Amino acid sequence: MSPEAGARLQVDFTLNGSPIRIDVDPADRLLDTLRYGLGLTGTKEGCGEGECGACTVHLDGVPVMSCLVPAWQAGGRRVRTIESIPPDRVRPLLGTGATQCGACTPGVVMTAIWIAENPAVLASHTIRELMAGNLCRCTGYDGICEGVEAMLATAGAS
Amino acid sequence: MRVLRPGSLGEALRMRAAEDVVPMAGGTDLLVHWPVRPETRERTYLDLWSLEELTRLRWTDGWLELGALVTYWDVIRDGRAERELPILAEAARQVGAIQIQARGTWGGNIANASPAADGVPVLMACDGRVVLTSVRGERELPLERFYHGYKEMDLAPDELVTAIRIPRRSRPVQRFLKVGARRAQAIAKVGLALARSEEGWRCVAASVAPTVRRCPSIEARLEDGWRPGTPDDILPAIRSDVAPIDDLRSSAAYREGTMARVLFHAWPDGGASA
Amino acid sequence: MERIEGLAKLTGAERYVDDLAVDGCLWGMTVRSPTPRGRIRAVRLGGGVDWSEVVVVDHRDIPGENTVLLIERDQPVLAADRIRHLHEPVVLVAHRSRELARRAAREISIEVDPEPPVLDFTEAPGAERIQHGDDNVFKRIEIVKGDVETALAAAARVVEGTYRTGSQEHVYIEPQGMLAWVEDGTAVVKGSLQCPYYVHKAMVHALGRGAEQVRVIQAPTGGGFGGKEEYPSMIALHAALLALKAGRPVKIVYDRGEDMVATTKRHPAWIRHRTAVDGEGRLVAQDIEVVMDGGAYVTLSPVVLSRGVIHAAGPYACDHVRIRGRAVLTNSPPHGAFRGFGAPQTIFANERHMDRVAAAIGMDPIEFRRRNLIGDGQSTATGQVIRDGTDRVAVLDRAVLVSRWEERSGEHRAFNATHPYLRRGLGVSCFHHGAGFTGGGEVALASRLDVAGLPDGRVEIRSANIEMGQGTLTVFTQIAAGRLGLKPADVVIAEADTARVPNSGPTVASRTAMVVGRLVELACDDLRRRLGLTDDDRGERVREALVRWHDSHAGEPVGRAEYERPPGIEWDDHTYHGDAYAAFAWSVQVAEVEVDLRTCGARVTDFVAVQEVGRVLNPTLARGQIQGGVVQGIGWALMEDCRWEDGAMANGQLTNYVIPTSEDVPPIQVVFLENPFPHGAQGAKGIGELPIDGPAPAVANAVARATGADPLEIPVTPERLAALLETTSRTADPRVA
Repeated sequence: MSPEAGARLQVDFTLNGSPIRIDVDPADRLLDTLRYGLGLTGTKEGCGEGECGACTVHLDGVPVMSCLVPAWQAGGRRVRTIESIPPDRVRPLLGTGATQCGACTPGVVMTAIWIAENPAVLASHTIRELMAGNLCRCTGYDGICEGVEAMLATAGAS
Repeated sequence: MRVLRPGSLGEALRMRAAEDVVPMAGGTDLLVHWPVRPETRERTYLDLWSLEELTRLRWTDGWLELGALVTYWDVIRDGRAERELPILAEAARQVGAIQIQARGTWGGNIANASPAADGVPVLMACDGRVVLTSVRGERELPLERFYHGYKEMDLAPDELVTAIRIPRRSRPVQRFLKVGARRAQAIAKVGLALARSEEGWRCVAASVAPTVRRCPSIEARLEDGWRPGTPDDILPAIRSDVAPIDDLRSSAAYREGTMARVLFHAWPDGGASA
Repeated sequence: MERIEGLAKLTGAERYVDDLAVDGCLWGMTVRSPTPRGRIRAVRLGGGVDWSEVVVVDHRDIPGENTVLLIERDQPVLAADRIRHLHEPVVLVAHRSRELARRAAREISIEVDPEPPVLDFTEAPGAERIQHGDDNVFKRIEIVKGDVETALAAAARVVEGTYRTGSQEHVYIEPQGMLAWVEDGTAVVKGSLQCPYYVHKAMVHALGRGAEQVRVIQAPTGGGFGGKEEYPSMIALHAALLALKAGRPVKIVYDRGEDMVATTKRHPAWIRHRTAVDGEGRLVAQDIEVVMDGGAYVTLSPVVLSRGVIHAAGPYACDHVRIRGRAVLTNSPPHGAFRGFGAPQTIFANERHMDRVAAAIGMDPIEFRRRNLIGDGQSTATGQVIRDGTDRVAVLDRAVLVSRWEERSGEHRAFNATHPYLRRGLGVSCFHHGAGFTGGGEVALASRLDVAGLPDGRVEIRSANIEMGQGTLTVFTQIAAGRLGLKPADVVIAEADTARVPNSGPTVASRTAMVVGRLVELACDDLRRRLGLTDDDRGERVREALVRWHDSHAGEPVGRAEYERPPGIEWDDHTYHGDAYAAFAWSVQVAEVEVDLRTCGARVTDFVAVQEVGRVLNPTLARGQIQGGVVQGIGWALMEDCRWEDGAMANGQLTNYVIPTSEDVPPIQVVFLENPFPHGAQGAKGIGELPIDGPAPAVANAVARATGADPLEIPVTPERLAALLETTSRTADPRVA
């Protein structure tokens, strides 16, 4: 029934710091491979069309929508997901009310972490501009943007 | 679905010549359709993403050359582009959001041939030239001559867009004005790129015709030093240059009127009433 | 106190229904009608699919009655012969592979003999379009106070206006999803939902099973906003029917496009006002007509209409009020519950209208509202005498102060006089929102809740009220810990599983903290009594008593609570007269907008929300609720535009139906004034819906003040505003053109 059965591809990449090898269907998006192939369900699918940002992961150190990345394009690259983030790192976001329903949250956290680790981007961009790829329907964004500031303050203090 | 993963540009060109493939750069336009369009499963994709040869952003004496895989984010971070060609960074910053800017490529924007493209208008306003490469060799043509109709390009079945060359000149006017349904993550309802160099004025419009296109009547009026008294005065030129339509995102009337008002307020010396 | 499940969400550890890996699970897909109305002629299975591998379910597989039981029994689980709307579920398929299930669904074609549909709810349908009763009207409500006609006839000044509000898609970030399986003869579903017992009731009815043979479990829910109030019953039934036929677990998770086009949205509304004012700017009479588009089936439209009409006259004192409302059928997917539940529509009309009335008599809009705000001892449209002691004028004054209304208005005048194409303005809205079910609704629900004592000295709250982001788990924990003097860690909240928790009612209507939270307190008190303690016994004494109890008893001590109507509340559902709600929250919002006359796009540049909500239980959570509701309201006001074709949403993608991003909205300033409500948990009143009532009129009023345009319809998209400015200010300012 499946003409592409057997046409699976082998992909090697670095996942959260460790090398990994996995067979994927050519039609698998990185999001599918993470969620259903590897059981890393922290990365969420909110729209499947690159609009909502719930599926944000880092690809070679930059946030991307994993629903718009074919799994085979991860080959040879570094992928970092929400599962690599220790609880202490995100605690500042808790105090500002950055999460409510939680569906957008893993994507929000991955963009927030990228900003916190690359504060130089704030010389040219505002936090609101950089967070605009992560739709949130619960918070109205204040809790999120203040949370990013709190993360930056924590990073600066340590 | 099949995927061809070339190890070099040469191999990619041979694969491109050998069969009907869909070249993929950062995938941001193509993957949007994967979940909803079953026919995407019947295609063979040619993966360009790993071709190092196409990722370079290079300044020469006369040109800025963007390899086809240079991303929007690459240009945003390039200090020299920010100083010399701010119009490129201005457009790049208005593409999607950081997650899209990090994966979307200038070459992909050209080859996707969307009438609502954000990258193409500014490249065209800067007299960008598109480099097309095949196993037969390389050719180069002005971007403004690349599009013939909706999603129709002067691109042979064996060719790939491999680079964009932008002539370096003094451009005292460089403006990109995008009108979308919101500030980020929006598809243009109207896009306008304005530039002036010693070659004259360029006015390029997006989302108001089947292709991104230059607006010769508007350029002629700019060249003549003509000044509109009201936005309506620009409408005849707009109507001879573009043909907006009604669709899910906006209306023809809105697009036309907005283009007139945006142009009016961007007109040199602020139009007649300034 | 910090959000209890916050770290699990921030680290991606929380497991939503699509995250649950289940061995041998099949993926279910829904095949939907291709036309808005007609009779099914044939259902055909196409080639290219090995149908022996596919589980196929249609209406003949439904063991009980083929209706989704809610208020009425008119909506089929799967259409059998008649089609009432585009995308109506007809056939279900399931397969081990999600891709092959999707392909199988595509290979099924539904052939329909079309009949003429109703696509415009403001037009009276001809005979060939009647599908409900003799006029397609689902529900009529009339509220009468005083004598409107006489007052209007005698009035010095009558101002009229007609207003329209568009639909709105919830856009919870987690799409709808449900997992179903059969366990020891019990049909079990687990999924994203707000009301476990609504789903339970619908399953008992359509599956023809006893109440014990149906079990509903709520999975962590990634946003609801009303969108997961009634529709999950439909998906639960679909998943359960497939699981029963397949004999294996089945999961249905909608993709975004399916979710947007097929599930419920906010009711579009048409509202007309006729208002009489006297020489001092006091309201003399309000005559209001409300029409709501119910869509193809009754679902919740009667109660959405009810809340809409009750709030239609606003928080003002007026002796002569008449509100006539009706919800009508169209051949659209049924419109349903959405945060605010009919009130945002009528409040938009009323607050836009108040600005226009004030302008008509040359009065400042703030002063006009100040003169008419209801005072203690005065009555609402339903005759409910307000005596809660809230200083409503203080709410208004605080909003004026925090927004720097006077000073900013002056700045805007100067700015607008000189800027070539930007125009700034402030707008206000003033409103109230009743918490809990309307009228006798809470009595009918008769909510029950348990607090059990565990052997280790902790207590467990057993309630059917769920967490969907709004903070139920945290607030219930705070309430129980506060009542019993325990640490938050000593309070456990049971999973919302109908096999384990009593029916404490649906998680809707701003009722959870106020009404159900109060049951948590009462059940804690009851537990203490059962342990032989008094209300003064707290903390360690409670823990010790629990451990002692378990040492000497089998089973467990359970404190029970059942809803009791606060004293002095009277409601007559026939005359729509009396105390519509046990409590109202009061709010004033001020929006500042900047309109770009080049694009005619309006942007909110500042926003102040002042509200009196009783006691604020958790400042961080409460602030987040207000901010989120405001931003959702700003989206509805300016950009969220459902485009209809054949009665269904044509722009069902997040690319074409846009909601605000972080860059589209300013920080939302939130101010709480607290006047504890004696019958709510720790003095709380409902808060969830209130913030979405005000942004649309505040923003539209601000656009009007900034530009001179007079928007009577939302969303005020750039296209709409361009057309308005074309007609209203073309001659006034040549630059505007």
